[in-house]
Amino acid sequence: MIINDSKKALQKTIKNLFQILPIMLGVIMLISLFISLIPTGFYATIFTGNIFLDPLLGAMIGSISSGNPLVSYMLGGEFLKQGVSLIAVTAFILSWVTVGIIQLPAESLMLGKQYAITRNLISLISSIIVAFLTIATLSLI
Amino acid sequence: MINRLLEKISGKWIFIIIVSFFYGILAFANLTSAKMAIIQSFQLMEKILPTFLLISILLFISNLFLDSKKIINYIGKNSGIKGWLLSIITGVLSSGPIYMWYPLLSDLKERGMKDSLITAFLYNRAVKIPLLPMMIYYFGWSFTLVLTFYMIVFSIINGILVSKLTN
Repeated sequence: MIINDSKKALQKTIKNLFQILPIMLGVIMLISLFISLIPTGFYATIFTGNIFLDPLLGAMIGSISSGNPLVSYMLGGEFLKQGVSLIAVTAFILSWVTVGIIQLPAESLMLGKQYAITRNLISLISSIIVAFLTIATLSLI
Repeated sequence: MINRLLEKISGKWIFIIIVSFFYGILAFANLTSAKMAIIQSFQLMEKILPTFLLISILLFISNLFLDSKKIINYIGKNSGIKGWLLSIITGVLSSGPIYMWYPLLSDLKERGMKDSLITAFLYNRAVKIPLLPMMIYYFGWSFTLVLTFYMIVFSIINGILVSKLTN
């Protein structure tokens, strides 16, 4: 009974993994293409110094970026040194992890198009709201 | 003719064909960059291999032990606060790139996991415990604590919003 159940579960798992393999491969290739084409120095040139526009730009750049969150912290630290506002940097590091424009095709295929678009859009907006709230709270502490 | 061909090929294959096409264009324009991107792909695959194995094991365990009844009870429509807590904690503890978790979430969704809890899980992946010391190093203690608090709160707000907008 247990062996039979395990065999069934294993077969289902292998089937699931084979189904998602092309999508995973596509996402990995797309991320690699993006990392190779966009130099990290490019990011800092986008900010304007405007307190309202920069968080939006930060969130948008974070959304189209991909990679280890540690890279976003390091870039964020550099942005701060270059005079970019903490609100913009916060929106940037948040959307880096919570929004995935590059992964959107994969998320749409696996979790549904409407769900993927709605989730990413709400995460993008909330990254800006959370950035403002975080800085407002810090100024009160 | 093309339409008929596209109907036969599923979305996942169309996606990889489009990405390969981008590589073709890049190779034509700049062969060195295309080579670099391919090397980067292999390096990325090597990096995510442990996570891929972890997800495969979790997928196997969920197929073996979790039937739809249990899923609905823990993370489905009957889950309540227990479901939120489970999604938040597993989201915080999960590691690896976000896209590696889509297959497991897709499988659980098919068997009854709520959209709101998938959203909370994905949003809480922003809270990375092993990376917190680095965040503290770059932005300080108070910033890290306040941001982490808001991220957890907003994972619930986003979950509710996504669920309301998609259902």
